[in-house]
Amino acid sequence: MKGMTIIVKTISSWVKVLIFLFGIYIVLFGHLTPGGGFSGGVILASCYVLLMLAYGREFAEKNLSLPVASKLDCVGALLFAAIALCGLLYGAAGFFWNFIQWEYLADKETALHLVSAGTIPLSNIAIGLKVGASLFLVVLVLSIFRPDMSVLDTDEKE
Amino acid sequence: MAIFYILLLFMIIAAFIAVETKYLLGAVICVGAIGFGASIMFLFLQAPDIAITQIVVEVLALIILIRACISRELTFISGPREFFGVVVSVVIIFVIFLAGIKILETLPDFGTAIFAEVPNAASQTYIKEGLVKTGAANLVASVILDFRAYDTLGEATVLFTAIIGATVILRKKTKKLLEEAE
Repeated sequence: MKGMTIIVKTISSWVKVLIFLFGIYIVLFGHLTPGGGFSGGVILASCYVLLMLAYGREFAEKNLSLPVASKLDCVGALLFAAIALCGLLYGAAGFFWNFIQWEYLADKETALHLVSAGTIPLSNIAIGLKVGASLFLVVLVLSIFRPDMSVLDTDEKE
Repeated sequence: MAIFYILLLFMIIAAFIAVETKYLLGAVICVGAIGFGASIMFLFLQAPDIAITQIVVEVLALIILIRACISRELTFISGPREFFGVVVSVVIIFVIFLAGIKILETLPDFGTAIFAEVPNAASQTYIKEGLVKTGAANLVASVILDFRAYDTLGEATVLFTAIIGATVILRKKTKKLLEEAE
């Protein structure tokens, strides 16, 4: 039996859904309420880190494996760069121009709505993906490198 | 505008010297010169917070790099050269101390926002026109993803590079894991 005791496992299996949902909320509503891509991404990563601590590394890897996490990291980074490049391609205003806001939403009353602020929610999603995947990757890679992880697991068997 | 080109030329020359010089310590000091040039540039572009960050990071990186270099090529100086070096360092520290006293006198009182003192500060524009120009109700989001999006791009790049570094350093185990996953 890898990981921690049955109490921690049960509690974390209940709490992980709430943490994940809260992370998604923080990322999606980053342009309206306090929060944003960075903090939301950290919460999303902490959900997987909790799984890793409670159930052991293999279980967390089954949920989000290392190749998938590194691909999510790259997708987030490329999405953020693509949003910036779209501003450059769309108009003469240049790199990181908020083109959705000025082209489609400027003459509508969209303040305090979920669909508002143009590229800012999209950038929040991209950064949330990137930060979440990369923080999970850091913990995963460091735990792979840790040599005495198997010693802890054998202690649990006795 | 001329000061930008002078600074840019200075930074490019420092970069060339850093790449071409044979002495490790000289190369490190040239890299520091590039960083301080960049911080002065941020200051002229009315981004004092980024300039402060740049200076702090540059000083830290410079201290660590110089410490790493000194253990590799240790050179002793003695006699009149040592005396000259000590005098120059003391004079420079004294001049920076006097300048610091002058700057501290011009700071606003504690608790007074800087945009109340400076009439056309950038933060005043953000507060007044943040909602109109970006449509985001959260002012912090409008600053970090619209007005200062370059800063966020740089931070994301730093994070990305850090992850690449971690995975490359811990490569042998990672490669084994990747083979298992495929």
